[in-house]
Amino acid sequence: MSGTAVAAHDSGHEAHPTSTGLNSRKMVFWAFIGSECMLFGSLIATYLVYRGRDKVGPHPHEILNIPFTSFSAFVLLMSSLTMVLALAAVQRGNKRGTQIWLAATALLGMVFVGGQCYEFTEFYLEGLKLQTNLFGATFYVLTGFHGTHVTVGVIWLWSLFILAGKGKLGPGQSLDVEICGLYWHFVDVVWIAIFTLIYLIQ
Amino acid sequence: MATTAATVHAAAPSESGLWSWLTTVDHKRIGVLYGVTAFIFFLIGGIEALMIRIQLMRPDMNFVSPDVYNQLFTMHATTMIFLAVMPLSASFFNFLIPLMIGARDVAFPRLNAFSYWVFLFGAIFINLSFVLGGAPDAGWFGYSNLTSKQYSPGHGVDFWAIGLQILGIASLAAGFNFIVTIINLRAPGMKFMRMPVFVWMTLVTSFLIILAFPVITVALVFLTFDRTVGTNFFIPTAGADPLLWQHLFWLFGHPEVYILILPAMGIVSEVLPTFSRKPLFGYPVIVYSGIFIGFMGWGVWSHHMFSVGLGPLADSFFALSTMLIAIPTGVKIFNWLGTMWGGRLELKSAMLFAIGFIILFTMGGLSGFMHASPPADLQQTDTYFVVAHIHYVLFGGAIMGIFAGIYYWFPKMTGRMLDERLGKWHFWLQMIAMNLAFFPMHFVGLLGMPRRVYTYSANMGFNEMNFWSTVGALMIAPAILIFMWNVLSSVRNGKPAGNDPWGGATLEWAIPSPPPVYNFASVPEVKSLDPLWHPESREAALASNQMHGPIHMPPSSHWPLVSALGVAMLLSGILFGWYVGIPGLILMVVGIYCWAFEPCD
Repeated sequence: MSGTAVAAHDSGHEAHPTSTGLNSRKMVFWAFIGSECMLFGSLIATYLVYRGRDKVGPHPHEILNIPFTSFSAFVLLMSSLTMVLALAAVQRGNKRGTQIWLAATALLGMVFVGGQCYEFTEFYLEGLKLQTNLFGATFYVLTGFHGTHVTVGVIWLWSLFILAGKGKLGPGQSLDVEICGLYWHFVDVVWIAIFTLIYLIQ
Repeated sequence: MATTAATVHAAAPSESGLWSWLTTVDHKRIGVLYGVTAFIFFLIGGIEALMIRIQLMRPDMNFVSPDVYNQLFTMHATTMIFLAVMPLSASFFNFLIPLMIGARDVAFPRLNAFSYWVFLFGAIFINLSFVLGGAPDAGWFGYSNLTSKQYSPGHGVDFWAIGLQILGIASLAAGFNFIVTIINLRAPGMKFMRMPVFVWMTLVTSFLIILAFPVITVALVFLTFDRTVGTNFFIPTAGADPLLWQHLFWLFGHPEVYILILPAMGIVSEVLPTFSRKPLFGYPVIVYSGIFIGFMGWGVWSHHMFSVGLGPLADSFFALSTMLIAIPTGVKIFNWLGTMWGGRLELKSAMLFAIGFIILFTMGGLSGFMHASPPADLQQTDTYFVVAHIHYVLFGGAIMGIFAGIYYWFPKMTGRMLDERLGKWHFWLQMIAMNLAFFPMHFVGLLGMPRRVYTYSANMGFNEMNFWSTVGALMIAPAILIFMWNVLSSVRNGKPAGNDPWGGATLEWAIPSPPPVYNFASVPEVKSLDPLWHPESREAALASNQMHGPIHMPPSSHWPLVSALGVAMLLSGILFGWYVGIPGLILMVVGIYCWAFEPCD
């Protein structure tokens, strides 16, 4: 099907004026983020409730590598900057800039996920498995959920990158990038909370 | 699909046939699908209830084994809550919300279809457990560590945990959709304080859904990890606290009871004014009370845990917050009474059910208020007193409210009237049977009969009351059969309804019954609360039947069905193995991509 049909399909949805003047897709995404807050809130609360209840190690202070994770946290925060630049580029109709910054964001996200894989492997070799103790269970499930979110974001970003390459991501579709950006920034903010509560305040 | 045109003109005839139902994105059809499916599960849950009651009819009965009894009470509650009352409410949301706010469909029609299909697959999955090695048997609340691999070695609990996870996705999708639909798709002039109360209650319910379901999602993830890979989230020997489950479960579970009852309150708030020929008494107060109940629902969860021993401070706090929530509820009851007071009452079936709702829900509320007090609750918890309470609020409340809604809107949905004589038979039989079944449970509970125990001895003094409870439960069956007969015969031979058989006040009565696929030929303008009851706003509402130019409707799509099947297969793969999960993942990804880029080649 040709690109014009896609455009007609999209505009068919977006042409309707809404009661609040806010775009419906953006609004549903904010609602989704609210829901996600409860998800991560429950995961983080569980981690905090179970902190220090373990009878067997490894315990957090024996195993968490703060310098390394500070680096990957920095990488993820930088990806928020490139995400903003990608949105700015798509709004200006700058196709090359859109592609560069989307790719940069996705690559930074991949570095973060790669770092998490490395971290999980290290911990596993040092004797922390999911089944070892409560720290293992709560840590892996919480950070694993976050890592999965980053991975979904990376796939989303590459999908947008391909769309941009096909010339289907102009200023008229900047909302697609904006919503992906909302998701991406949210995932970053969650990491700030996780990094602070788990790594920095032990 | 190259064949799906992006625009459907009003002149196009509505499609029929199986494929059109599988690919429909029409909110009215999805509402019908939700309603019919949920009613079938209501019957299944009812049969489970009857088996429980037959087992308890006499002391030391052997109708079912203790093992099967555990499965029955677990599945009865799970089915009635997640597969009957919630989707029956969703059926009303789907059918009515766009009509009531003057919209042509919901904000995301394909997400709406997705929600239904995920619900259907989740419901089938959880019931497959009956034939695949035994149904869940740890109670609908699934307290840890009864659900641990050690104490529940079979797969019943896995079906329960994964099934609820699948159903949660359906509820979340619907919750997001209705929040945006109500906030963003209101017709011009439909200010927030002109929205019908049912729309308000749907909005509050939707917020409760999207904020409460993630909490149970996390708890179920922990449980699934414990059972499949051997983590220690709820294993006390590893230092875990089984109370964590109770907190997470009830933090979801208490908002959930408002998810069940608020839609029924909304329905009753529509039915009462119509048959009292009087506007709703104190509309803003009812709206604010509903919102307040929604907020307060988050601060009362530990009243389900008084017997745990949380300490006097926590017990006092949750006792007070629970008593506080009785105030907005009581306000609503007085508003409903005020609506009827001095009105010209027409005792049609829908009105009878609405009045029945008020009476029975008030009784359930009063017994609920009794166990808001921790010392009283310690006597009542885990006895039949609590069973009486929840059946007065959920059967007497939610189900009576839903029947009021069915009798009220059936003419709008089908274009035919239900038979009033059969409707009244249904009401009186159900009202008498319901009280016969559940009223004695208050006493038998206070005498100390425990819940969830498969039998009792003859010398406990429980015999007569249990016998009459069972007689009452068995009498509910013919009441429901009368209703089914009424529906089946009226769909074909009922009196034609016309646009507005009851003289209703809200927008859906301005358009034909059943509504055309596009609902409103032109977008209505709303000039007041109760638009059809004020001369000038009535004219504006009726003008929505005049066609001005072509109408754009979303094309039908099979990708929601494909994605939903993928999601259900992916999650059930946790139990069935990778050869179900991996194809599910592929289907889901393909489905979501084709959905996002539809129409695609």
